[in-house]
Amino acid sequence: MDLSYGTEYDDYRDEVRAFIKEHGHKSPASSKQGNKPDTEDKAWQKLLIERGYAARIIPKEYGGYGGEADLLKSVIIDEEFDGAGVSKGLGGQGISMLVPTLLELGTDEQKKKWIKPTLMGDIFWAQGYSEPGAGSDLASLQTKAHVEDGKFVINGQKIWTSSAHFADMMFILVRTEPDAPKHKGISYLLLPMDTPGIEIKPLVTMTGEATFNEVFFEDVKVPTDQIVAKRGEGWMVANATLKHERGMLGDPRQSSSLLHQVVALMNEESVNGVRLMDSPLFRDRLLKLQGRVMAMQYNSMRLLTNDLSGNTELMPILVVKLIGTHLNQDICGLAIDALGELGVLYDDSKYLRNSGMWQTRYMFMLGLIIGGGTSHIQKNIISEHGLGMPREPKPQLKA
Amino acid sequence: MEFGYSEEQKMLDESIRRFVNSEIPLDRIRELVLEGTGFDQTIWNGLSELGVLGVIIPEEFGGAGMGFLDATIIQESLGYVVAPAPFLGTCIMAPTAILAAGSDDQKNKWLPEIAAGNLKVGLGLSEVTGVRENAGVTFEGGKVSGKAMFVIDGECADGYILAAGKSTLVWVAAGAAGLTKTKLNTVDNTRGVVELVLDGVEAELIGSAGSEAAAVQKVIDAGRTALAADLLGTSQRMLERAVEYAKERKQFNRVIASFQGLKHTCATMAADLEPCRAMVWYAAHCQQEIADEATLLACQVKSHLSEVSTPIANDTTLVHGGMGFTDLMGLHFWFKRIGLSRQLLGSPESVREEAAVLQGWIAA
Repeated sequence: MDLSYGTEYDDYRDEVRAFIKEHGHKSPASSKQGNKPDTEDKAWQKLLIERGYAARIIPKEYGGYGGEADLLKSVIIDEEFDGAGVSKGLGGQGISMLVPTLLELGTDEQKKKWIKPTLMGDIFWAQGYSEPGAGSDLASLQTKAHVEDGKFVINGQKIWTSSAHFADMMFILVRTEPDAPKHKGISYLLLPMDTPGIEIKPLVTMTGEATFNEVFFEDVKVPTDQIVAKRGEGWMVANATLKHERGMLGDPRQSSSLLHQVVALMNEESVNGVRLMDSPLFRDRLLKLQGRVMAMQYNSMRLLTNDLSGNTELMPILVVKLIGTHLNQDICGLAIDALGELGVLYDDSKYLRNSGMWQTRYMFMLGLIIGGGTSHIQKNIISEHGLGMPREPKPQLKA
Repeated sequence: MEFGYSEEQKMLDESIRRFVNSEIPLDRIRELVLEGTGFDQTIWNGLSELGVLGVIIPEEFGGAGMGFLDATIIQESLGYVVAPAPFLGTCIMAPTAILAAGSDDQKNKWLPEIAAGNLKVGLGLSEVTGVRENAGVTFEGGKVSGKAMFVIDGECADGYILAAGKSTLVWVAAGAAGLTKTKLNTVDNTRGVVELVLDGVEAELIGSAGSEAAAVQKVIDAGRTALAADLLGTSQRMLERAVEYAKERKQFNRVIASFQGLKHTCATMAADLEPCRAMVWYAAHCQQEIADEATLLACQVKSHLSEVSTPIANDTTLVHGGMGFTDLMGLHFWFKRIGLSRQLLGSPESVREEAAVLQGWIAA
């Protein structure tokens, strides 16, 4: 057991803290996330990249910092920026998913053309994966593209497309080889969102916000060189991307931060003149949640050690999304119950607590329980890949 | 940064697993449960040969001089096979008490004997963690009187370490005049917990009277952390048995492990249990290295592992269907061990309440 990061990293942490102290006031507010980057966002991003706090390991020639992969430094950046409530720079699926994919599988020309403007926030990407009939079973997607006059011609529909209403570009999975087996018939294309034939309809979610869209394609033409890897290799490309997504959902740092906010809430709020923290029932729920949060925090430390040492054991990774997302929703649920009737206030009200975040978060967490592989899918994965249990047999069609 | 077992700890883990798996089969458990002493000389000798009875006892007192995490590695394996061995009381809690509060003479007198396997110790602390039936022990003029209940590993013990109030620790020899020992017949016969009724029994102070509150807490923390490790092992074995059985048992022309309802039950157990592993490691590490967090972690790891283990005990039995309910499968030994561990040294609710006070969330 050695829980210290070592002096080299202690120095690095000091450096990060000094940077935050000096420049933190220039950070955009976290509430701006989910919008198109503005000048303030871009200036902050530029500064972070120059100092190696964003795009750390992306080569300089593509607009990154050009540092070496160093997991502990990345962890320190996360810890310090999150701890100080300072933005870690631009997010979005372009930076988190497309850029790593292009680095791995893109042509030299594609890397030069797309990565830098994406990192700088000049090009914002939407992801075109899910379809109404292809959710958990993504590989059964039906949006088609055939080649006509040197161009792919796309027809079909995508759904759950975040940011499509302001994105400049989309990376999309389409079926180009209808006769191939389902995993071998997909291609990964890049297309501008202002291409004629694209229609975007906002999809209002239960929170009342429209963070997702439905996107319809009617004879949308894309040059044939706007493909990553070869025709029919799109599933492989998408999986290279998905692996970069792992671990983002169910992060225990978020659980811990939510829990601290509930502690504060229960210390401040009272019902019938009794402080919530003095109610044994509410207190016990809080303590139970604290135990669950702790277990996930130490699981994270185990995962960090595994990453550092190249240990590939699966189970501690497989459980994070399932346990973490439910845990986060349960924490929000306690906050709402602790507030009681005040906890259901949602829109403008003088009695609103924490700007009404608990209801929004509670519903949003349910979205995360569903998105990125529902809990049922997570349990399939855990039982099959973690416990070695067999897949459910395919139904036999009667002749 | 290395959060996990060292190379030496991996080797210790492997050797103790090899030992328990080959030397403590289910048939042996069945025999020992009928005896109900929570002890078997052959198993004890085996542990002694492995050199683990003195795991946390410093080398100068004849021990192995290893750490608390090493102790929980062993306890986890004992839980894995529901071993009747008084390791928790004798090898973890007693040395913790003696090292925290004992004089040099006492350390020299008891620790080498414990490490050599010649001295088994029962621990009576329930009166600190939850008084029932007006139990309680008072110390006066070198003698103790009163009642100690649920003395851990007491049935086979040669001596007892008892809390007399919240801040006094005493040693009482087995068979001392005025001492009446009665076995408390719990659901779990892999461990021998007893009641001691004391009527002016000669006792030896460990440390000084009324000033060992910190030592008492340390022993309770050690016991709770070790019980969590025991629960981890017990639950891990139940989960494995559920999965093994489901892969063999066929109904409707297919193994039941291919039914999604059953897969999800097993996945839920695995998902709840897996993070517990790291939590036990961290709690064990704190007992030795991070004093500020030791008590909070002991409380939370004990209650969290209890909450995770109870549904695993139920659902593993459920996965086995009617057979799970029978004695034939022997699953009930694990079910019952989880049942006892959950209550010893405080039920989840009462332990969490201590955690609330500790964090200043409520007044003591």
